[in-house]
Amino acid sequence: MTVAIKVENLSKVYQIGQIGTGTISRDIERWWITKVMGKDDPFLKLGETNDRTIKRKSNVVWSLKDINFEIQQGDAVGIIGRNGAGKTTLLKLLSRVTSPTIGTIKIKGRVASLLEVGTGFHPELTGRENIYLNGSILGMRKKEIDRKLDEIVDFSGVERYIDTPVKRYSVGMSVRLAFAVAAHLESEILIVDEVLAVGDAEFQKKCLGKMEEVGKQEGRTVLFVSHNMSAVRNLCNTGVLIANGEIRYSGSTETAIVEYLHSNSQNNLDFPIELGNIKIDKFEYKQVGLDHLLCFDFIVLKQVPREHYVKLSIKSAHDEIIFENSQRLDTSLPNRCISLQYESDLAFLRNGDYKIYLTVFEHGMRWLLRDEFLLEITKYIPRDGSVDHFGIVTPMGAWSSQIHSSLQAT
Amino acid sequence: METIVNKDTERWDLVIEGRSSLFDLKFREVWHYRDLLMMFVKRDFVSFYKQTILGPLWFFIQPLFTTIIFTFVFGNLARLSTDGLPQPLFYLAGITAWNYFADCITKTSTVFKDNANIFGKVYFPRLIMPLSIVTSNLVRFGVQMLLFLGVMGYFAATGADFRITSAILLFPLLVLMMALLGLGLGLIITAMTTKYRDLSFLVSFGVQLLMYMTTVIYPLSAAPDKYRRLIELNPMTGMIEAFRHAFLGKGEFSAWSLGYSALVTLIIMVLGVVIFNKTEKNFVDTV
Repeated sequence: MTVAIKVENLSKVYQIGQIGTGTISRDIERWWITKVMGKDDPFLKLGETNDRTIKRKSNVVWSLKDINFEIQQGDAVGIIGRNGAGKTTLLKLLSRVTSPTIGTIKIKGRVASLLEVGTGFHPELTGRENIYLNGSILGMRKKEIDRKLDEIVDFSGVERYIDTPVKRYSVGMSVRLAFAVAAHLESEILIVDEVLAVGDAEFQKKCLGKMEEVGKQEGRTVLFVSHNMSAVRNLCNTGVLIANGEIRYSGSTETAIVEYLHSNSQNNLDFPIELGNIKIDKFEYKQVGLDHLLCFDFIVLKQVPREHYVKLSIKSAHDEIIFENSQRLDTSLPNRCISLQYESDLAFLRNGDYKIYLTVFEHGMRWLLRDEFLLEITKYIPRDGSVDHFGIVTPMGAWSSQIHSSLQAT
Repeated sequence: METIVNKDTERWDLVIEGRSSLFDLKFREVWHYRDLLMMFVKRDFVSFYKQTILGPLWFFIQPLFTTIIFTFVFGNLARLSTDGLPQPLFYLAGITAWNYFADCITKTSTVFKDNANIFGKVYFPRLIMPLSIVTSNLVRFGVQMLLFLGVMGYFAATGADFRITSAILLFPLLVLMMALLGLGLGLIITAMTTKYRDLSFLVSFGVQLLMYMTTVIYPLSAAPDKYRRLIELNPMTGMIEAFRHAFLGKGEFSAWSLGYSALVTLIIMVLGVVIFNKTEKNFVDTV
């Protein structure tokens, strides 16, 4: 096995916030310090780790900080991480769209990247013309495209419209065409960023199949960024987890996914919260074995005659309420702390991410807290290698099978 | 030990580094992408006349109408000298040459801004884009030259007083110089506009003002002594004068002024490519 990509001490600094006024004086100052006086760039020192949720003073951010990894030839690498973790920055650096601030990337072979749908498609040109244009943008020679044209058109499934200007295409059709071109490139390394989100189910399947084929049969290296864990799991043999611009984990796909899903479980409300007469003092989320535990400490500040209720809504990734569960809170006596705990193994849910929302209300429907996002949890029980199932819930049905004596024609 | 040996023998096809030499201009890569350049040129043309009625005829209309207006305003109203040449011929010569230069400059000066979208998604040598602009302008210039030759033919038939001189052999060089000067200036401007948008406002009327500082609507011989030096300082003056001298036999053509233009062109071109290459690497972050 040879190394296809080697990344050493890779860092990328971005300036955030407004870029504009004051840049000229800053540029001159910066030039003076770095070039004339030969010192380090002072603006880089201010940089802080890349965490989009925390507000900091500096307007310089390390989108990627000191990244090191190697990718073997023929590997299918899933790059996962939350929004803004630096995944796309990494892909941009790998595909040379922008260049690193510090560090080196060494690559063996040609890189074809599909960072976004329909890159370089020109609306006025027909599908066929765009195949040529896009192919050459991705570094193909005209002859190569000639050779592969039929295959590309066939794979995209838009034969009917191939001589129609792309501006009349639907988004889905453009994606199909774009992916078809990229997938048929003669490159050793294929970089794909989140493109599959647009195509229909059939095409997504086709793309994943093609990427698998590209990786496993043709021995090409595939880098794949996605939030779709099942796609990553199916496609990739290596996983890289990026968090706040740093590599949190690199190794088996399964571990990377578990780590990622676990790191997602952070609460988003700031506790303690005062809600009039009561206060949520503490909130804690724990995972004990397969059980998910949500623990609240309520403090009743003032006696309230009417009853209070706490309600949890469990929603799918698409924000559909899967179920709700509520509990009465006894507020008849003041200055008491009430610990409330909700426990469930979510056995009836499929593996996946679920969002929990918190509602607190007084009887008679006065909202104290209404549908506030509490946290995202992940139901994940490793697959036992059996058949994939889809759906929202996993009810336990009972199969029975009986074997009868063979039927014979009488 | 093994790893060390490995490291020495490992050959990488591509090494991306944060800092690279200012003069690492990657011309070999540009050559590899020559198909793309032609594809962009083709794209420019196809998208130019798609859904228009007159199509490529538009290439003629602009210089033709400008010539008519110039003949009317500068020739008939202001009565500016044309070195004894028929007015339309004089203006058309200047306009054809000037337009090529002006198009090269204005179109390349927005290259980063116009293509931010595609540059942000995919890599190819960025220089391909401005080069394709200059090339597709060259085709347009070629078409407009046909118009110019046609008008020349017409005036020759009516017995107007002009002659083609041997300087016409310099024509390819002149075109190249105009292209490179326009390209070089455009590259510098586009590189600067990624950070300082102000410049983009300057370009459109700056080019227009520059035209009046060039001998497009008047011959150098008619320039007042006070401003003559200034006008000669403009590298385009030498080229336009040489162009007129080559095709019409009038105009102050000298090796000295052409040499000066060539030198300025070369300096600006090199400067432009270097600045462009430096900006290209990170412009996606600032545009």
